[in-house]
Amino acid sequence: MTQAPRDIEVLIDLMAKLPGLGPRSARRAVLHLVKKRGALLSPMADAMQTVAATARECVECGNIGTADTCAICSDPKRANGEICVVEDVADLWAMERAQVFQGRYHVLGGTLSALDAVGPDELRIPKLMSRIASDGISEVILALNATIDGQTTVHYIADQLENSGVRMTSLAQGVPIGGELDYLDDGTISAALKARKSL
Amino acid sequence: MEWRDEGVLLSVRKHGETSVIIDVLTASHGRHAGVVRGGVSRKMTPILQPGSQLDLIWRARLSDHLGSFTVEPIRSRTAGVMNDRLALAGLNAIAALVRFALPEREAHPGLFQGTVTLLDLLSVTDAWPLAYLRWELALLDELGFGLDLSRCAVTGSFDDLAYVSPRTGRAVSQQGAGEWADRLLPLPLCLLGQGDASDREIVDGLSTTGHFLAGQLAHSVGKQLPAARDRLIDLLARQG
Repeated sequence: MTQAPRDIEVLIDLMAKLPGLGPRSARRAVLHLVKKRGALLSPMADAMQTVAATARECVECGNIGTADTCAICSDPKRANGEICVVEDVADLWAMERAQVFQGRYHVLGGTLSALDAVGPDELRIPKLMSRIASDGISEVILALNATIDGQTTVHYIADQLENSGVRMTSLAQGVPIGGELDYLDDGTISAALKARKSL
Repeated sequence: MEWRDEGVLLSVRKHGETSVIIDVLTASHGRHAGVVRGGVSRKMTPILQPGSQLDLIWRARLSDHLGSFTVEPIRSRTAGVMNDRLALAGLNAIAALVRFALPEREAHPGLFQGTVTLLDLLSVTDAWPLAYLRWELALLDELGFGLDLSRCAVTGSFDDLAYVSPRTGRAVSQQGAGEWADRLLPLPLCLLGQGDASDREIVDGLSTTGHFLAGQLAHSVGKQLPAARDRLIDLLARQG
């Protein structure tokens, strides 16, 4: 098989390490970029260089930003006393896409997992405690995944905050928007039935 | 190689981008691992939660290969325990202890049945901690470290049993203990099938079973007891 020039092969190898891409799809993507280098490759290279130089974790919440403190943590309008605890930056970005939460966030960086030896010290739980103590927080919304590990973490944090005096809430569980009962697993149906509401 | 069996999911570990390796406790094939292709999908994630009861088909070219599972849900236990911190801690402790204690691919049909019953109790009754304590006794028994609580090892008496010898695992009566009482493990009445099985008694019972789990079992497998068990005991102690 004819090999691409070495520099391009290096790029293909790097692209193949991205999630969702394998060697073959990376080759196709790189070929596409090379063909459109003016419109795509050069701006992408510039953008990547900029991000590589500026991207960093927010020292407060763990969000990814381009300054030591991210835009959400430095916005005074978002200091409304509510803090939403999420597992990962992707979850924070999903919440922000919905544009329904006006408070601040805290990214844990994972969930407690005995299997992977992830304990409280491996997560950003101590930092969460110090933020709650110092930032005048009145409500902690635990927006963690509805999985066994996620809910174990929810209960652990709730235990830690038991005597802190802050209100603790978690996201509701049940039928998703557009969901059809026939396609739901029995656990979701059971959770939805338990959390039914009066009309 | 192919077999079909029913099992309880113990753990899930990501494997590559789209697959997972699951560890299950099955009725006829014991604790068994295998790959589930597409296990991280939105359809599969709710099914592949620890504690779920699954219908499993395992296939591999050779019997000692890891192999892959085809999984069908029988029933999920996630929703039943998710909002109950003690039940959730119980489920985590059961799954962790089975993974810790049982060797792979060795059938323990009695223990499997006991584990399924215990998992079912978690969301049904608040009395499950006593069943959990009895399940730990059964686990020790199954692995050859069973306790003999039938009579006093010193006097032979059937009455007044109050302690367990930390070395032999045999019951000792109040009279037989004499001045050695402070060196013996507690034998709460609930371990003898008597009394009201308060949380305090159950914690005492778990400290006794924990001594043998840590001293005999953990020593023989060269690992520490899972932290999930400590968390359950901590919650029970605070509740009591």
